[in-house]
Amino acid sequence: MEVYFDNSATTRVLPEVRAIMNEAMDLEYGNPSSLHQKGVNAEKYISASRETFAKLLKGKENEIIFTSGGTESNNLAIFGAARANRRAGRHLITTKIEHPCVKNPMKLLEEEGYEVTYLSVDQTGHISLEELAEALREDTILVSIMYVNNEIGAVEPIAEAARLIHEKSPNALFHVDAIQAFGKYRIYPARMGIDLMSLSGHKFHGPKGTGVLYVSKNAKISPLILGGGQQNGMRSGTENVPGIAGIGVAAEAAYANLEEKISHEMMLKDALIDEMEKLPDVQVNSSRGEAGAPHIVSVTFKGVRSEVLLHSLEDRGIYVSAGSACSSNKTGKAGRKAASDTLHAIGLSNELAGSTLRFSFSRDNTLEEVEYCAKCIGELLPVLRRYTAR
Amino acid sequence: MEHNFSAFLIKYAEIGCKGKNRYLFEDALVRQIRRALKPVDGEFEVTKESGRIYATALTDFDYDEAVEALQHVFGITHICPVMQIDDNGVDDLLAQAVSYIGKTYGLKACSNVPNEDAKTGPEVSGYGETSQSEVPTDGETKNVPDNSAAEKMPAKLTFKVMARRARKNYPLDSMEINARVGEAILQAYPEVKVDVHHPDVMLYVEIRSRINIYSLEIPGPGGMPVGTAGKSMLLLSGGIDSPVAGYMLAKRGVVIDAVYFHAPPYTSERAKQKVIDLAKIISRYTGPIELHIVNFKDIQLYIYDQCPHDELTIIMRRYMMRIAETLAEQHGCLSLATGESLGQVASQTMQSLAVTNEVCEMPVFRPLIAFDKQDIIDISQKIGAFETSILPYEDCCTIFVAKHPVTKPSLKVIKRSEQKLSEKIDELVRVALETEEKIWVE
Repeated sequence: MEVYFDNSATTRVLPEVRAIMNEAMDLEYGNPSSLHQKGVNAEKYISASRETFAKLLKGKENEIIFTSGGTESNNLAIFGAARANRRAGRHLITTKIEHPCVKNPMKLLEEEGYEVTYLSVDQTGHISLEELAEALREDTILVSIMYVNNEIGAVEPIAEAARLIHEKSPNALFHVDAIQAFGKYRIYPARMGIDLMSLSGHKFHGPKGTGVLYVSKNAKISPLILGGGQQNGMRSGTENVPGIAGIGVAAEAAYANLEEKISHEMMLKDALIDEMEKLPDVQVNSSRGEAGAPHIVSVTFKGVRSEVLLHSLEDRGIYVSAGSACSSNKTGKAGRKAASDTLHAIGLSNELAGSTLRFSFSRDNTLEEVEYCAKCIGELLPVLRRYTAR
Repeated sequence: MEHNFSAFLIKYAEIGCKGKNRYLFEDALVRQIRRALKPVDGEFEVTKESGRIYATALTDFDYDEAVEALQHVFGITHICPVMQIDDNGVDDLLAQAVSYIGKTYGLKACSNVPNEDAKTGPEVSGYGETSQSEVPTDGETKNVPDNSAAEKMPAKLTFKVMARRARKNYPLDSMEINARVGEAILQAYPEVKVDVHHPDVMLYVEIRSRINIYSLEIPGPGGMPVGTAGKSMLLLSGGIDSPVAGYMLAKRGVVIDAVYFHAPPYTSERAKQKVIDLAKIISRYTGPIELHIVNFKDIQLYIYDQCPHDELTIIMRRYMMRIAETLAEQHGCLSLATGESLGQVASQTMQSLAVTNEVCEMPVFRPLIAFDKQDIIDISQKIGAFETSILPYEDCCTIFVAKHPVTKPSLKVIKRSEQKLSEKIDELVRVALETEEKIWVE
């Protein structure tokens, strides 16, 4: 039995996505900037995809920028907003649990003279709106908060945060990393007060190397990649036509039967949490119900190295992620990765962070798979706990 | 790069003095040179000729790649890129020699020189880059002024011509060739001088069926050609030390086989891939490596269950040595090799090494025994293994390691502990040996 519970890492490409990409590579291989018919035909894939996103996000077509993925979208949003608006202020706000492709641009901006406030989170990974309200200033130009945390699935109060931000910091743009949220929620950025929003194609059964940055028409950002002026100069470079075609089809499919899909994944999540809570010395880090994303369950197995459990599950056909690439060796040793910032931010020690696994679902997973996985873990834990460094 | 070389003269030192076995060493060197040049863009013929080895290009070739490949061949002390020309009379020889000097040392010829090539100006060659490559070299490329010297003070460049005639029907004798070539160069480049005692450039002109002109000596790695000193079974882990140990033994001519112990799921597939990658990196020096991958998990867990925890590592290592020795015997190795360095960790104290060593009858070579960690890291970086060695995947020596392992084990105590394994251990070792996976790495 093969059980793929690593859908927050990446997802399987849908057959219809593959089909349109093949078509774009095989038949309509023109350069969308070319004046001849081949170019026009290629450009149609891009316009179609743009329309899809405009429709799904209830935005305008010129608010959609296609990028090479989530990392580029987040980089473009943060550097683009910070640099274009530096005359209005130098203060940025983000959280302690952002993905490295938000965190590292923020760090670089700090070195360039910006001031960054990092919001803390509680044990369930949620920010406090009071803390946000206190942090907001007149010279705040950008707030970046993720919609769904990629490691524990915490859902942040985006709508409320947007209201606060625009009320207290009129110059601030609000960027939302919605990479783990797209296809799980109906997100309408303009209505919610989101100015910039990042998406990544391969997280919703689209191709790798594709992403979107939604940029509200009111938001001013500067481009990162300069060249021939494609995409209104916001993202130069010949468009990745097959990828853009693919991400559009994948987005469309993600919204099909959305509510049904979400309740299915919620059911899987609650079932796995139920099973995990029956096991001794196991701690579930994700929230049940609406406070957590429907597809992510983070679990700490005390006394077991996550990597070992991961490979033992792999032996039984179950694919999951380690919450953190920690080792049983003393932390801080040269070349060893430190424990995850998110798991630290919710209060886990290095040791517990190094014993944490993430299970992430897609609509294709079944209750039977959850039960099989829980059964395997129940069998493995006593064996693995017996053999540890002492 | 653009170059006008068509062959390499390979110089070697130590193997010159091996008496009647000399041909064995030379043949091994020829084989290793062929192997090294295989992936290089271009085709070469490698030949032994009157006590010398030539690698002659049969096609156009990538000069930088070829030099880099040769710098990985143990046994080579110097690599001399040779310009080979046809014998088209003395005037042509003079023009070619002048052109060679001009191109190689970035000199501008005066207008009174007949050769057109020489007027093309300072075409600074890329040898400076070659000597800065990652390849470990013990010295600087000789006879090459660095670029700044070539530009700023060409006046200082001195040279001497050294002619030899293998073909005695050439119209000039060696002394006459020296004089005529020297004169032509002096005329072409007024800023260079002759110095017969300490020349910057020794220009060799060899009259054979064709004529060889060369002056550059690029340092090789030294050592002995792989294949001249038997075969050793290297205990290869994912760390920094063992690949360096393998490299060092290969430098003395040893063929390397390797054994890696893993313990899935406690060690990951990536840890195994890392070891394969490391074997591949050192195989550029050692030649192809047969890598034996042994699943050590059941043995390790059994020891964990039966023996005191602080003795786990030492007992584990004794079983690794036993298995390695069995594999070594099966594959015609005459020794084992490890990356152990005295006192580096608990299992590498003299007491621990003595206890580990006790299980082997074969000699165990530990080329790093007296090296400081930093010295080992330096070599690891030179051979390009370091970045891979420090990837953070655990190997089976570290997974269950005790907080306070024994550092001065007594053989008597360890042997007594091992008796607790008597029920199942032979069977587990047999299974481990039977299920080993072989990977040919090159």
